[in-house]
Formats: sequence, structure tokens, C-alpha cells
Amino acid sequence: MGSFRVAVHITPRRGILDPQGKAVQGALQSLGFDGVGDVHVGRYIVIETEATTEAAAVDSVRSMCERLLANPVVEDFEIEAAVNA
Amino acid sequence: MKFGIVTFPGSNCDYDAYRAVVDSLGETAVYLWHKERDLQSSDVIILPGGFSYGDYLRAGAIARFSPIMIDVAAHAQRGGIVLGICNGFQVACEAGLLPGALLRNSHLQFISAPATLRVETTATRFTSSYAEGDLITLPVAHGEGRFTADESTLDKLEGDGRVIFRYVDSAGVATPDANPNGAERNIAGIVNDRGNVLGMMPHPERALDNLLGSDDGLGVFESLLARVAA
Repeated sequence: MGSFRVAVHITPRRGILDPQGKAVQGALQSLGFDGVGDVHVGRYIVIETEATTEAAAVDSVRSMCERLLANPVVEDFEIEAAVNA
Repeated sequence: MKFGIVTFPGSNCDYDAYRAVVDSLGETAVYLWHKERDLQSSDVIILPGGFSYGDYLRAGAIARFSPIMIDVAAHAQRGGIVLGICNGFQVACEAGLLPGALLRNSHLQFISAPATLRVETTATRFTSSYAEGDLITLPVAHGEGRFTADESTLDKLEGDGRVIFRYVDSAGVATPDANPNGAERNIAGIVNDRGNVLGMMPHPERALDNLLGSDDGLGVFESLLARVAA
């Protein structure tokens, strides 16, 4: 078994109104960042877990996302590669 | 009739629900601590309002894994009545007892205000005491009340007559301005496909006495009592 650190990005599903993202977009544009288009605000979760391999750590975190960390009705998640913790 | 009111850490409307059942309805109520595995033979389960687990991660996301939710789901599966109010609606959606999700209000602010609702159907166990099209006033108090589901789910809810309360203006029209949280199609309350689980963001248990502004919430409870007694 090894210790791994796995990070997950969770974002509102495209097409679902993201008022936080809209508010940040407006603020950025009012600061003069004219090139800013859509902005989405989500969560970034870092998990340290014991697993036999990197792949097993990622599989485990995928299962965590499906069961708890992300709501499949309204959110998407993306898992970063596991690194040794 | 016996009401079981689930208390999660962070629930804050469990006491309101208890007083509503015992004082306003003259029925029996028990608190059910979320770590218990016993519904104490309750006929109706209330998932009350509040901020279970501090709304961490997502509103209701952690509470839905509380031990008692296994028994609440089994109760619903048996056709037992479950009433999810506000945070209870969020918990019920997270638990898959109801479709959809409740997201941050579109204006990003917590709202605490009376809301006008239209009773969309009386053909449910929760609304038979109202008349169809009744306009009622119930308080809303939430930061994550924007009901969201994909279009096909929304169409199915509408087609099956499972949208039971909708936010409307004083003329009874579902306008964007009358929508306090940006909910899809102004939806304030829905039932599951079997009609035994209700989720609603407004608080009927806080509107049982005109002294407190409105007794329009009585109909939800009277409908339940009439139905179960029959």
C-alpha cells in the first residue's frame, strides 16, 4: 500500500445557470479584463488516501465522486492524476 | 397519527415541526435522532428545515447518509409518507427520494420572506384540502432553493401532475419576478412518482396560525390527516 494525494475539480454542469460564475465574470469585466468570457466557479477537493497503486487511488476517488463529492444531476467532476503523498 | 421528525445536526425547524404537529394539529410527534435506526412506528416522517451538517459540500449531501435515512428510504419504499421541507427537500433530492437538485438561489442571496404559491393539483395526499388554483402564502427561508432538473425530468413532472406548488405573483401568474430563487418553471414543491414523498422549499409548518401571519400551511397537514384517517 502507498499513500497518494488525488485532487478533484467539481464544476457546475454546462448549461446549468451558474450565478456565482456570472457574478465573478461581471466583476472581472468591470476590472477591465475585457477578454473574459464564461466563468464557472466550482470546488477543488484534495484527498489523501491509501491504495495499492495510483490507478487504484484514482478509481477509489472516482467512486467517492459518484457517491458523495459531486451531484450527478447538476455537476461534473474531473480527477487529477494521483501523486505520492 | 404519529409524526416522526428527524433531527440532523444543524436542523433548526424540527422544533417548529414538533409544535405544529402537537399544538396546531393535536397529533403525536417524536423526534428521531439521525443516528438512530428506528422510526418508532411513525406514520409520517418529516425531514425538517435547517442546515444539516452546516450545508457543507452541498445542502443535504452529508445528511442523506445519516443512518436513519436508510429507514426513511425503506419507509418511502413501503409507500409511507415523507414530508421534506426546505433542507428536508434538499436531503430528499440528495437521497434520490425525489428527482432534481436544489442549487444556490440565482441572486446568490439568502431569502427570508413570505411567498405566494399556487396550488397546482389537489390530487395528492398533501393538497386534497386545498382547491385547485388556490393562492396561498407561506414563508420561504433559504439560500439554496433553485429547483433544477433536466428538461425531460421537468416535462415528466409537469405531465404527471407532480408539480404541486408554484411561485406566482398576486394575480396567480408564474412570473420571473414572483420566483424567489430562480427555480426552473417557478417550481416550489414536487412529489415523487408514487405520490407519497413531498419536497417543498416553503415552510407550511411555520404558517399554521394567523397570529404568525398565515395559516395557509394547515392544508398540507389537514390533507395528510384526512387521507390517513380515511
